[in-house]
Amino acid sequence: MNRVLPILVVLAAILALWYVAVVPMNAGWTIAQAERAGHELTFVDIVADTMNQDRPRLPAPHQVAAELKKTVLDTKVTSKRSLVFHGWITLQSTLWGFALGTTVGIGMAVSIVYSRTANMSLMPWAIISQTIPIVAIAPMIIVVLATLGVEGRTVPKAIISAYLCFFPVLVSMVKGLRSPGAMQIDLMKTYSANAGQTFWKLRLPASVPYLFTSLKVGIAAALVGTIVGELPTGAIQGLGARILIGDQFGNPLMIWSALIAAACLAGALVTIVTVLQSLALQRMGYAR
Amino acid sequence: MSQAAAIEAKNLDLTFETGDGSIQALQDVTLEIGKGEFVSFIGPSGCGKTTFLRVVAGLETPTGGEVRVNGTSPDEARRDRAYGYVFQEAGLYPWRTIAGNVRLPLEIMGYSKSEMADRVNRVLELVELSGFENKHPWQLSGGMQQRASIARALAFDADILLMDEPFGALDEIVRDHLNEQLLGLWDHTGKTIGFVTHSIPEAVYLSTRIVVMSPRPGRITDIIDNPLPRKRPLDIRDTPEFLEVAQRIRKGLRAGQSYGD
Ligand SMILES: Nc1ncnc2c1ncn2[C@@H]1O[C@H](COP(=O)(O)OP(=O)(O)OP(=O)(O)O)[C@@H](O)[C@H]1O
Ligand SMILES: [Mg+2]
Repeated sequence: MNRVLPILVVLAAILALWYVAVVPMNAGWTIAQAERAGHELTFVDIVADTMNQDRPRLPAPHQVAAELKKTVLDTKVTSKRSLVFHGWITLQSTLWGFALGTTVGIGMAVSIVYSRTANMSLMPWAIISQTIPIVAIAPMIIVVLATLGVEGRTVPKAIISAYLCFFPVLVSMVKGLRSPGAMQIDLMKTYSANAGQTFWKLRLPASVPYLFTSLKVGIAAALVGTIVGELPTGAIQGLGARILIGDQFGNPLMIWSALIAAACLAGALVTIVTVLQSLALQRMGYAR
Repeated sequence: MSQAAAIEAKNLDLTFETGDGSIQALQDVTLEIGKGEFVSFIGPSGCGKTTFLRVVAGLETPTGGEVRVNGTSPDEARRDRAYGYVFQEAGLYPWRTIAGNVRLPLEIMGYSKSEMADRVNRVLELVELSGFENKHPWQLSGGMQQRASIARALAFDADILLMDEPFGALDEIVRDHLNEQLLGLWDHTGKTIGFVTHSIPEAVYLSTRIVVMSPRPGRITDIIDNPLPRKRPLDIRDTPEFLEVAQRIRKGLRAGQSYGD
């Protein structure tokens, strides 16, 4: 309860701000309509109308809620109009991208920690890769993979997602694998431990807290990557595609409900990783 | 060099090359430690005590002179599991239980499961930590953690124990208790112990010989034979013999200082 209350307070504040913003955003259209029809509008009339337009610039929260109810609860999940269906598509790509990105991130971190050459050659490229805007790279990846004969959107989306996800994992794992101090390394030396033993018994377990911290960032990045991968024209499935289509067809309700769904999905994923983190660290004896 | 010695150092030199010049950490150090001896190293900060232990352990390579451990090179001695090393910090792995930490060297050295369990039980009993097997390091006091780290160094039965200020961070009461325990352990295991300390009473209480060192360059200024009997109750520290040895160490430390400055 102590943890839920602050979240609810912030949520209430956001909703209040949102409602306040709806009036100026949509009032222009209301007033223009009334002028054309020759009506005189009171302030209360204007406010009431801005809350319930068909094509608002900024839909009111209750409109988005109604749209969410319609597309989540009242639509069969197999239907192309169901947000659950699109969320599932996005979730799948996110998880693939997350798995791929985490694997690549850990693998690169290990080689960077163990090889000077890798440290000097891989690390700069990893950093440069993150300075290139993902929206610029995403269409290229899709086109390149298509010419290579990769069918569908799943693979390119997962790759774009992994592209964003591997970096935080890489940085944290390098830090984590290097976290044992000189004394810990010397201790292993006095046992004549080989490189493998030092890795499995010292460096890897020492890096676990670092890994989980980065996984929380990584899974959120993977979701963003997937949604970006769904944006380039041509996509018809996934939350990103819903945002794009909503934009093209001037349907802000569709955009906003997809955004809310993406936020909920991100929240759920990060929560799951957080729970796994505390379970794992507790099991390893880190927790106090 | 005689065959019986556990540790022999002959004209040992070690110069560290650093960014702003070279530091002579050890200069012409010659010392022989017999099997079963308890030798303490005492001296001001920076006189090369740690460096000497690290050279013996093969963690540092001397730039001149020779070291033999059990008649072999430090590297060979390490592969033969000739020594256990106790660092100043306990350095237990937080993700392992106390038993798991003590088991670490045994896992690396490839002992069988039952052998590991036996040894872990035995050394934990030796340092009076039975019953704490499944606790994690953070659940133990500093003194208990240091005892666990000693148990870890004892687990694989090396005949030489190298200890670098193992009780430096502990309060006096705990320290007295651990000193008594260590002395008892040395007495009935017959191990050779090299022990670095900053405390004169600790050095006198524990050792058969005390090596006094001085810095810049790090060298031995005095080696004192301790006439105290092997069995030493804590109150031996109030006897004239004890105070006499302490006095000589103090003099040696002072002499080293005036020479250096
Ligand atoms: N790896 C290293 N690189 C450079 N200089 C070093 C290194 N290790 C030790 N030294 C220097 O060698 C000298 C001896 O250091 P050492 O750690 O052996 O001293 P010590 O007697 O153990 O001191 P303390 O009582 O403070 O632990 C010091 O001047 C130290 O700065
Ligand atoms: Mg030291």
